[in-house]
Amino acid sequence: MTENRSKLIHTFGALAELGQEVSSKNGFQETIRTSLHLLLGSLAIMRGGVARYSRFEHELTVMAMRGLGDNFPLSLSLCQEDERQFLVNGLHPIEVSQASVLPFFQVYDRSFEQSRVELLVPLVIRGETLGAIFIGEKASGESYTSHDREIICAMARHIGVAISQRNMMSELERKADENRKLYDDMRMTYKDTVKAFAAAIDSKDKYTEGHSVRVGKYSEIIAKELGWAEDEVEGAAVAGYLHDVGKLTVERKIINAPYRINAKESAELNKHPGVGYEILMPIHHPYADVPLAAKYHHERLDGRGYPDGLYDREIPYIAKIVNLADSFDAMTTDRPYKRRRPANEVFEDLQRNSGKQFAPEIVGALFKGLLSEMSGETKDKKFRRLLGREYMESEGLVPVLKTALNGMPSSSPIMLMSLD
Amino acid sequence: MIQHGESVSTAEAKGAVVYADDYLNKLSGEKIERECRRRIAEGCRELVVNFSQTEVVNSIGVSILLGIIDTASSNGAKVLFSDVNENTVELFEMLGVTNHVTIVT
Repeated sequence: MTENRSKLIHTFGALAELGQEVSSKNGFQETIRTSLHLLLGSLAIMRGGVARYSRFEHELTVMAMRGLGDNFPLSLSLCQEDERQFLVNGLHPIEVSQASVLPFFQVYDRSFEQSRVELLVPLVIRGETLGAIFIGEKASGESYTSHDREIICAMARHIGVAISQRNMMSELERKADENRKLYDDMRMTYKDTVKAFAAAIDSKDKYTEGHSVRVGKYSEIIAKELGWAEDEVEGAAVAGYLHDVGKLTVERKIINAPYRINAKESAELNKHPGVGYEILMPIHHPYADVPLAAKYHHERLDGRGYPDGLYDREIPYIAKIVNLADSFDAMTTDRPYKRRRPANEVFEDLQRNSGKQFAPEIVGALFKGLLSEMSGETKDKKFRRLLGREYMESEGLVPVLKTALNGMPSSSPIMLMSLD
Repeated sequence: MIQHGESVSTAEAKGAVVYADDYLNKLSGEKIERECRRRIAEGCRELVVNFSQTEVVNSIGVSILLGIIDTASSNGAKVLFSDVNENTVELFEMLGVTNHVTIVT
């Protein structure tokens, strides 16, 4: 009686520890290894192993084993009949010596005999075969009693649940990975579409070819200097790429006019921000403010911009960035009626208009980006190529930028809202 | 002083004494298992596991000790358990571990 009680205490101790182990944060492999120790130790079983079943490969892969010897197969195949029989049998020990009818036992008969495997417990949980446990002889040499088998089943169920949880986690990870790839593909498609749009916009104007691409790049550099997160910087670049999309509806002769356009033509051209907004608004962009950048990129801090004559805080921040990038490109590229301006003049102009047309901290961010590139702190080949040597290597520009930056406010923490 | 999991060679050099920890669970159990395997691989033919510091042996400990016994047996070595407390002796007898090992005082 006393012996039985001690045995029970020992066994329940093992069961309790197994429960803890299965719900612990230990690695899966470690959990299975410890679980096998607990199962073998609870009844003093000399040898055994735990295998996980793959329903795709129809294979049991041994994850942990003790005392089964080096010749024990590390993966064991199951045919459909075996699988069916395991499911019918459920989570109950099968006497290996009496199960030779099944193909599985015929195939692995010698291995089981050599490794002295006496019982096999299919890990069947909720109608699914998740693995199997191989069990050798007891240290006492006695046969397994019905009580022993119940203990084995109880412990096997814990191990089966651990495998089931792991399978679910793997499936979740696989799906998450799939979704991530899909998302990346969608982003790529979106970016390609944006670039295609930019090319379409730029193709309308032979003098400003590449304008959208440059404004995208400058907006990206400004956003980076403002300390925006990676996807927000990407959003700023997209806003720059698409800011002139409304020009697609403006007559080519107005856009390409080699003279200062008249009031009527100007009114026609000035519709492009609103049209751009209408085009972009129905599209579900990954970034919130892309349509707003198109609509308000000609607004000025002093309220003298268009289409709505908004003042400073009324203007969406992204539109202020694109506005500066747009103006900067206009000053640094040849236009039909105007040659590009020398670097010193451009920076003086930007400084002079800081606080009137442009937000000072945004001008500061552009200057910082330029200074980093000119001083070699950053090496953005695209930036250098788009802006051109003439500006990048202008003599004496670095001290001018440094002096200008000293009088500028630091970067603003305001950020573009991402929609994801 | 000998620490748990460490061992000393006996006079005949074909034997070794491995000292078990106060609580023989996975961490300390695996340490003495590694030491025992090393000794057996070196040719040790009589391995003594000293339990003088050991108060409790749990299921993991039993499994590990059975592994040591099995390895020793496959390599023609003999395992002895020494200085085992009364409760642990009872446990080993109840589980049939004593069928494979000699307990000495």
